[in-house]
Amino acid sequence: MAGTKKKRSSLDKGYGYFLIPGIIAFLIVIIIPFMINFGISFTKWSGVRAPIWIGLSNFQRLMSDTIFWLSFKNILILLIAMTVIPTIVGLLLATFLFDYISNNFGQRVSSFFRAGFYLPQILPAAVIGIVWAWILQPDTGVVNYVFKSIGMVSWAQNWLGDPKFALLAVMFVMVWFQIGYPIVIFMAALQRIEPELLEAAAMDGASWFQKFFYITIHQIRPEIMVIVVTTTIYTLKIFGQVYVLTGGGPGNATSVPSYYAYKNFFETQQVGYGSSISVVMAILIILLTIVFINIQSRQEHEENA
Amino acid sequence: MNLRKILTMHDALKWILLLGLSIFLLLMLMPFFLVTINALKTESEFAQFGPLSLPHVISFASLIDFWNRVNFLQPLKNSAVISVSVAVLGVGLSLLNAYALGFGKIKGKTGILIFFLMANFLPQEALAYPLYYFAKFFHIYDTSYVVIIVFTVIQSAFGTYLLASTFSSFPREIIEAALTEGCSKLKLLTRIVIPLSMPTLSVLFVFFFIWTWNEFFLPLILLPSNAHQTVPLALAVNQGQYGMNVTAQSASGLLGILPCIIFFLIFQRTLTKGITAGSIK
Repeated sequence: MAGTKKKRSSLDKGYGYFLIPGIIAFLIVIIIPFMINFGISFTKWSGVRAPIWIGLSNFQRLMSDTIFWLSFKNILILLIAMTVIPTIVGLLLATFLFDYISNNFGQRVSSFFRAGFYLPQILPAAVIGIVWAWILQPDTGVVNYVFKSIGMVSWAQNWLGDPKFALLAVMFVMVWFQIGYPIVIFMAALQRIEPELLEAAAMDGASWFQKFFYITIHQIRPEIMVIVVTTTIYTLKIFGQVYVLTGGGPGNATSVPSYYAYKNFFETQQVGYGSSISVVMAILIILLTIVFINIQSRQEHEENA
Repeated sequence: MNLRKILTMHDALKWILLLGLSIFLLLMLMPFFLVTINALKTESEFAQFGPLSLPHVISFASLIDFWNRVNFLQPLKNSAVISVSVAVLGVGLSLLNAYALGFGKIKGKTGILIFFLMANFLPQEALAYPLYYFAKFFHIYDTSYVVIIVFTVIQSAFGTYLLASTFSSFPREIIEAALTEGCSKLKLLTRIVIPLSMPTLSVLFVFFFIWTWNEFFLPLILLPSNAHQTVPLALAVNQGQYGMNVTAQSASGLLGILPCIIFFLIFQRTLTKGITAGSIK
């Protein structure tokens, strides 16, 4: 390559070597493990001795496994807490901060609020679990202490230990954790909207709500889609918070697929079955990634047009 | 000027809305506050005045008790070593990949980039058991090395995706000028591309560091012994252990929160820049 590098046609060549370490690393850490996991999902294996090929039996078993479907249903319910509420509330708060607080009190104040709302996002999942498990404790927790001290003793509950409330409690924690992420993204997106657009609408007599629905939401819909897709992926992957807050319990009331897979791998030693759960989740996430990429490339396309 | 300023309706509303928003933010931040005041209380004070009172006497007993119980310096060190190594190596690997993909004309470039993004998004349980098996096979199970290797690759998957897209808009004239003057591809990378991409690289560094610090699933599987645990693991494993009182539990929460607050304060500006870069370039 040394002799030819001065030719114009060679300007784009000779970069391939830089990809070699990446290819090796990805083969070892991602591709081969993923293929092996895929292979294991067709076997019965306890982790020792040789795995036994059983074809699609694990997947058939999944179809009628009530715990798997319960875990999956829990994920769908958690989507309300991790995607729906954060997107809507985040959009409203971001617009309020950007339009109102920033105009009336300056950008420093709105940045301060943005940072404050974002703060829970920097905590590790396990620490979120520890803090909230402490707050929600039945005997010594803050929530029940408040209810008892204002005379509403019957409101005090075993939030994480009662199947009626456990999933709701996890959802509450996830809303708290998640809300800051869309605020930051949406506030950046709002800067892209040309003020003339809003001014023109205002001159035509559009109300705040009309401007919000017809201009703001329309203009930042790529970011809205990004938030919806990424938070959906996070929801499908949720593990740490559930592990620490409830351990999937009581019973399986708060079980999620990743936790159920973990239990099969490392607690009940049903490695083949655990793999089949993870394969299903991986396929779902790959499909969502494709959606995510389509949104991004469409947006790039619009920018270039 | 002797008249008191009369607030118009608009002004009054303005302050009311700010007050409302501030109350909402205070409620959001309440868990941080509660954990702090109760970690600095004695057990008997907690028993007497409950979780909402401010500590009458600041006591570090619970913090020290918990610190010693889990030998907290060890997980702090482990987490720091793992996170810094992953951030450095991850940025390096992202840079090499993105340099090849963003600058070179490589066949199936878009496909490769999509693959990288998928690799980052993949649920970790789909890799967990084979990685656990590999780690044991290569005798790096329960060492920092295995976690560093695994997360370097997982984080650089995202880094490659992000960097390659910024590289494709790198000014062509600079590259062409350098190459026609006989600059090698390696020199082009180290002398020109790296210095000019420092802002993006520092965003990646900060994110890799914090993401790795916060990781839970794979470290839980790969690092079983106390001596090698990371901070989130050490805290989670000791949560609700027998004989741990309520103030020690809030102390454990505070010890988990504090390093993150420090990172947040140091990296705040880079963080907000990066969050938006990650979703929309």
